Amino acid sequence: MNFMGYRRPDGKAGIRNKVLILPTCVCSSETCRIVADQVEGAVYVSNQAGCSEVEQNLKICYDMYSGFAANPNIYATVLVGLGCEGCTPDKMADAIRAKTNKPLEVVVIQDEGGTVNAINKAVKAARKFVQEASLVKKEEIPLSELFIGLECGGSDATSGLAANPVVGKVSDMVVDNGGSAVMSETTEFIGAEHILAKRAATPEIKKQIIGICKDLEEHLANVNQNLRTGQPTPGNKEGGISTIEEKSLGCIYKGGTRPIMEVLEYAQMPTKKGALIMDTPGFDVASVTAMVAGGCQLIIFTTGRGTPTGNIIAPVIKVTGNAKTYANMKDNIDFDASVVLTGEKTIDQRGEELFNEMLEVANGKVTKAEAFGFNECSMQRICKFI
Amino acid sequence: MDKKALMLRPVDTVATVVEDVEKGDKVCYVKDGAEMSVIAKESIPAYHKIALKSMKKDEHVIKYGQIIGGMTSDADEGCWISHKNIMSLPRNYEDEL
Repeated sequence: MNFMGYRRPDGKAGIRNKVLILPTCVCSSETCRIVADQVEGAVYVSNQAGCSEVEQNLKICYDMYSGFAANPNIYATVLVGLGCEGCTPDKMADAIRAKTNKPLEVVVIQDEGGTVNAINKAVKAARKFVQEASLVKKEEIPLSELFIGLECGGSDATSGLAANPVVGKVSDMVVDNGGSAVMSETTEFIGAEHILAKRAATPEIKKQIIGICKDLEEHLANVNQNLRTGQPTPGNKEGGISTIEEKSLGCIYKGGTRPIMEVLEYAQMPTKKGALIMDTPGFDVASVTAMVAGGCQLIIFTTGRGTPTGNIIAPVIKVTGNAKTYANMKDNIDFDASVVLTGEKTIDQRGEELFNEMLEVANGKVTKAEAFGFNECSMQRICKFI
Repeated sequence: MDKKALMLRPVDTVATVVEDVEKGDKVCYVKDGAEMSVIAKESIPAYHKIALKSMKKDEHVIKYGQIIGGMTSDADEGCWISHKNIMSLPRNYEDEL
């Protein structure tokens, strides 16, 4: 089975063909927005950090933003730095080059003599890249090169009964075709980690799955916080999810049933194929961005309450198991899985239909969030700015 | 009026109602292939949980065949089970490792 994609010089294949204007830090973020506005085919992601950070937060920033540049949906990157930030343009460029040999241009605002000169240089580079990108022809790519991210946000009780099991079927189908599917959100493993751990391919991976849950609870306890005060969210509770255990037991269905081959750190690229896990927070946007940084070409996102979330690098397919939410938020949600609750279709049948929808999106169909041009970006951090 | 609920595993002590339930409604569910029912003691919004048995404070609540929390007060069969009467329980990761 194949999809139509864009082959990159690093060997990977994308399903979109964009030029990325990438800020090293908050101080160059607005400049990137202006540059992207000038060039059709260029996109930017915001950066709310990148300076005054402890080492671990800087590492996350390098991992995440270099991962965006390396994502196969990106043809080339214009990296824009300020010049004095903690997350340096040189090191970010090195981090990008360590992951990919795709075209890269670096613009430093202080070196160029201010915003206008920097925009001038960055726009010229972006225009050149966009023209080059337009010459890349789509070609047949085996499904084994598809890497999808699985996410949920604004869950209600239908998520665990309908939308997540249907997505789990898609995850299994992708893995069975030789591709990869990563499930994230460590918070939403808690209470179900013992079940997830049974899918571990090795005893070491089992320990890692339990370990990331234990580490998260200890991390929060060290600053006298408890995730149970914020999870489930008010909307989860109103939607019929009463505890984190109940939320997690429903959430993990979206990861399917195949052996878990690797547990990835936040925003890391995998070294294995198949069913994967990434250690991210239960904050949906910060999880989607991390999986996109890890190389996902496409995200499938379940919601019970209804959410607009999109991503500017990877298309997000929104799925709900709640018929009322689908009717109420049709302009945000792509796929209605509620028919498995009424018994009109089985989870397997609706899963196969969602798999076909996913292939259409891989082949170029624009998702609802894409049509809005939504560009949420959020990054995990481990502690206060310094 | 007859309403429908989903019982996910035969060991579960709650079922999920799939439509809004009024007090006094007969809520029907399937357990191990057999048709069962419970009378709702209060109104329950769609996709929320109904108690399939009377439960005491601190008793474990079972859904998906797993513990989803402990009761914070007593509840009779047919009552609405929500964040108002159950709470999350601490994990014991050391035993799981």
